[in-house]
Amino acid sequence: MSSLSTTLEEAVAPARTETLLSPHFDDVEQQSNASILGMWFFLSTEIMFFSGLIAAYTIYRSLSPEAFRLGSQHMHVWLGFFNTLVLLTSSLTMALGVRQSQLGRRDGTVWYLVATAVLGAAFLGVKAIEYSMEIEHHLFPGVNFQVPAEDAEALAAISETPEALQQNLGHFQMMFVLYFFITGVHAFHMIIGIVAVLVMAALMKRNWFSGNGTTQIEVLGLYWHFVDIVWVFLYPLLYLIDLSGGH
Amino acid sequence: MANTEIHIISVRTYLIVYVALMVLLVATVGASMLPLGGLHLPVAMTIAVIKAVMILLIFMHVYYSTALTKIVSVAALLWAALLILILVADYFSRGWLDIPGK
Repeated sequence: MSSLSTTLEEAVAPARTETLLSPHFDDVEQQSNASILGMWFFLSTEIMFFSGLIAAYTIYRSLSPEAFRLGSQHMHVWLGFFNTLVLLTSSLTMALGVRQSQLGRRDGTVWYLVATAVLGAAFLGVKAIEYSMEIEHHLFPGVNFQVPAEDAEALAAISETPEALQQNLGHFQMMFVLYFFITGVHAFHMIIGIVAVLVMAALMKRNWFSGNGTTQIEVLGLYWHFVDIVWVFLYPLLYLIDLSGGH
Repeated sequence: MANTEIHIISVRTYLIVYVALMVLLVATVGASMLPLGGLHLPVAMTIAVIKAVMILLIFMHVYYSTALTKIVSVAALLWAALLILILVADYFSRGWLDIPGK
């Protein structure tokens, strides 16, 4: 009986390695490194994409710093704080999920991935509440946008010419264009991330991966942490320009 | 390839990074409420960069990754820096020379 099982194992073992390793790689490690490198190339393009938006923000903010400071004070600082906390926590659960897959613990990986997706969904829920409050206060750019009266007065006080005032009022709205666009694109990345995390969790649960799915989960984690890093910059740039009130 | 084993980071290290990220999150909100004058942006960006570097090195395992991955991750940030620096330099130097159709 034991000799039979040994023969079976010997017969099965090479086949398993073959499915693990694609023929164009020397070994599993090179294959894993190639996947991670590929994800980093993709993330480089993502960094460029968000940098373009941050660059637009930089230009407009430097042209009308006071309009951006006033605009920033309409953001919900503590909802943003809560969301940053949630997102950083989701990065921790994702990192621990990757660790579980490195240790070959499938159940642990699945649970950490599910926790990550739940935290990601919580982030989107809070973001939706923020958006609805801002839309209600006529801060969504477009025909219904209204510069709040106190901000219009403050901008009138610092604008030396009518043209400068028009530019400041326009850039006040531009702050919200950038806010909705950048956080919207970020939220879109979150939606993709949550779907990807749940798909990977389901595949993990079904034992779909060869080699514990370590590389696949690691690559997924890189994407998730990247989206987290983007938010680490967005939170201070959009919500926290200057809350000291000492102007 | 350089390293033969996957480096598994301890739960303790992950938790230390997480706590540090939380402390810096509180610090960045706190700094925005202090009367720092013109220093709000540099302080906020310094904190954000520290947070990003911790996530990059530990959560994203760049510290333990191959040299090639390290180069690509740093190069991505260099491209981003070039994009922003040259755009800003262009935008603010245009009025310096009186060239028609600038």
